[in-house]
Amino acid sequence: MRRVLSGAGLAIACIALAVFLLFPLYYAVLTSFKSGSELFRVDYWPTEIDLSSYVRIWQEQPFARNILNSVLVATSVVILSLALALTAAFALGRVRFRGRKFLLYTILGVSMFPQVAVLSGLFEVIRVLGLYNNLGGLILSYMIFTLPFTVWVLTTFMRDLPVEIEEAAIMDGLSPFVIVTRVFMPLMGPAMVATGLLAFIAAWNEFLFALTFTLSNEQRTVPVAIALITGASEYELPWGNIMAASVIVTVPLIALVLAFQRRLVAGLTAGAVKG
Amino acid sequence: MAGVRLDNVTKRFGGTEVIRSIDLDIADGELLVFVGPSGCGKSTILRLIAGLEEVTSGTIWIGGKDVTHLPPARRGVSMVFQSYALYPHMDAYKNIAFGLQMSGTGGETVDQRVRRVADMLQIGGLLHRKPRELSGGQRQRVAIARAIVREPQVFLFDEPLSNLDAALRAQTRLEIARLHDELKATMIYVTHDQLEAMTLADRIVLLNAGRIEQAGQPTELYRRPATRFAAEFIGSPKMNIVPVQVEAGEAILPSGDRLQVATQRGGPADLGVRPENIALTRAGEPNALSARVLHVEELGESRIIHAALRNGTALAVRHPADSPTPRKGEEIALRPDPDRLHLFNRDGLRML
Repeated sequence: MRRVLSGAGLAIACIALAVFLLFPLYYAVLTSFKSGSELFRVDYWPTEIDLSSYVRIWQEQPFARNILNSVLVATSVVILSLALALTAAFALGRVRFRGRKFLLYTILGVSMFPQVAVLSGLFEVIRVLGLYNNLGGLILSYMIFTLPFTVWVLTTFMRDLPVEIEEAAIMDGLSPFVIVTRVFMPLMGPAMVATGLLAFIAAWNEFLFALTFTLSNEQRTVPVAIALITGASEYELPWGNIMAASVIVTVPLIALVLAFQRRLVAGLTAGAVKG
Repeated sequence: MAGVRLDNVTKRFGGTEVIRSIDLDIADGELLVFVGPSGCGKSTILRLIAGLEEVTSGTIWIGGKDVTHLPPARRGVSMVFQSYALYPHMDAYKNIAFGLQMSGTGGETVDQRVRRVADMLQIGGLLHRKPRELSGGQRQRVAIARAIVREPQVFLFDEPLSNLDAALRAQTRLEIARLHDELKATMIYVTHDQLEAMTLADRIVLLNAGRIEQAGQPTELYRRPATRFAAEFIGSPKMNIVPVQVEAGEAILPSGDRLQVATQRGGPADLGVRPENIALTRAGEPNALSARVLHVEELGESRIIHAALRNGTALAVRHPADSPTPRKGEEIALRPDPDRLHLFNRDGLRML
């Protein structure tokens, strides 16, 4: 009896959690299928399937261009972050040098500043580099928040790899570069997938930098583009379009997480238990 | 192939001196075993020779060339690690071949060399397997193959058998000996197991606290230990050590018994006698010690009798299994072989 009760309790808790997490997305999907004044009626079940919002977002702004921008930026951020973090992790996790701990905590410290605090300084940097209203500026600025955690996570993993493997590689005459790319990188696959995915999501969803460092519609990434979707007049907020756009840009993330799901779990738990 | 020479090699980690000015000549083709208790510096010496650690002072020569400041790969050595240290994501073939491939050796040569070495170690059928699909013994063979394939001048083994179970350890030990015969290579082997050292070595170097305690052939260390430490480390069960007073060619035991010893010097000393050099005898014989049996250990081929002299001094005696054995509590007489007595002075150095 007790087992049945506790089972039921667990099920109820799981359902409650799922509803809490998924309801906003569900409501966005629901809203995206509505149009006109129906948008302002609260419904919990789909009453009609009107796909006109999904058609309109492509027509009224360069939405395809925005998605392409986001893909470009997020992918570049992931590739650059992982490449830099992997090499940094080798130095921080495997090479003994003075000030290593200090450096590690400095890197962590960088991620403690709120984005707003670095915004104006970063704006100057980007202007000086000539990257204003340019995707390069976004890639550069996003690494401010992706690098600290990619470096930290990969350093932790790197440190846990057995020293003997590296020593065996040294005895085999392998250069540090070959050791990192051909021996360590394959072993860190799950960790790299996990951190890469998190970096991708962070870059994909970033709003403040994207808003500040871009000017024209053609350079915007999706979060900004969606926020700046306007209606026919300034008194109209086209919720249908906004929700349709949101749903469209969420789908790739869900697909990515599902595709890498198994490796992601392996990466998040690997190293916790030996073996 | 080449010999190895250590010239006044010292290694300090921070303030602690781990290796203290060691001089050693290792001949071409010799199988030399460093043995000693944990923390004696034996693994550090191996890592210094390998180049994984840098010496604090001193010179290391391999094949007549000063390699003190050369990186490991250019010293002509290869190493087998205790934990095998195979690349987990590569199959056995790739593990063996990887170093060669990366050093730019031609594909066909690599393949020939890998297959020859794999045959030598009888792992030809396992080459496509990943390390996790191999047993401990097979992994160790792959690790040894990886060391051999580079055709080094010197092989370094860092406790290669300690992760294997007892049966496999004995078998792999034999195989390493066979490999040494076959390759005629210089091998330097580190172990904490005196049995491994005794069975494998051409020459044993016993280390204690970063110094060479004694170097010599296994039988030499066994028969004429230079120090009390060496006497106790080599041999199982351990040599019996009894504090004695030496006077006029006799050693007086704490029990009051007297044993004749061939020395003219006097004073306090430690008398050593191996369990296998003590025989049961009849009471009243010259040099017989009366004792009481405390416990008998069965080893199959022999038994170890743990006995106590009148004052409680404990002695272990190896007794052949096929002769009648006294029981616990029985009174017996023991006769140490007078030609196999060892005397050490208070500094632990051999007097006799």
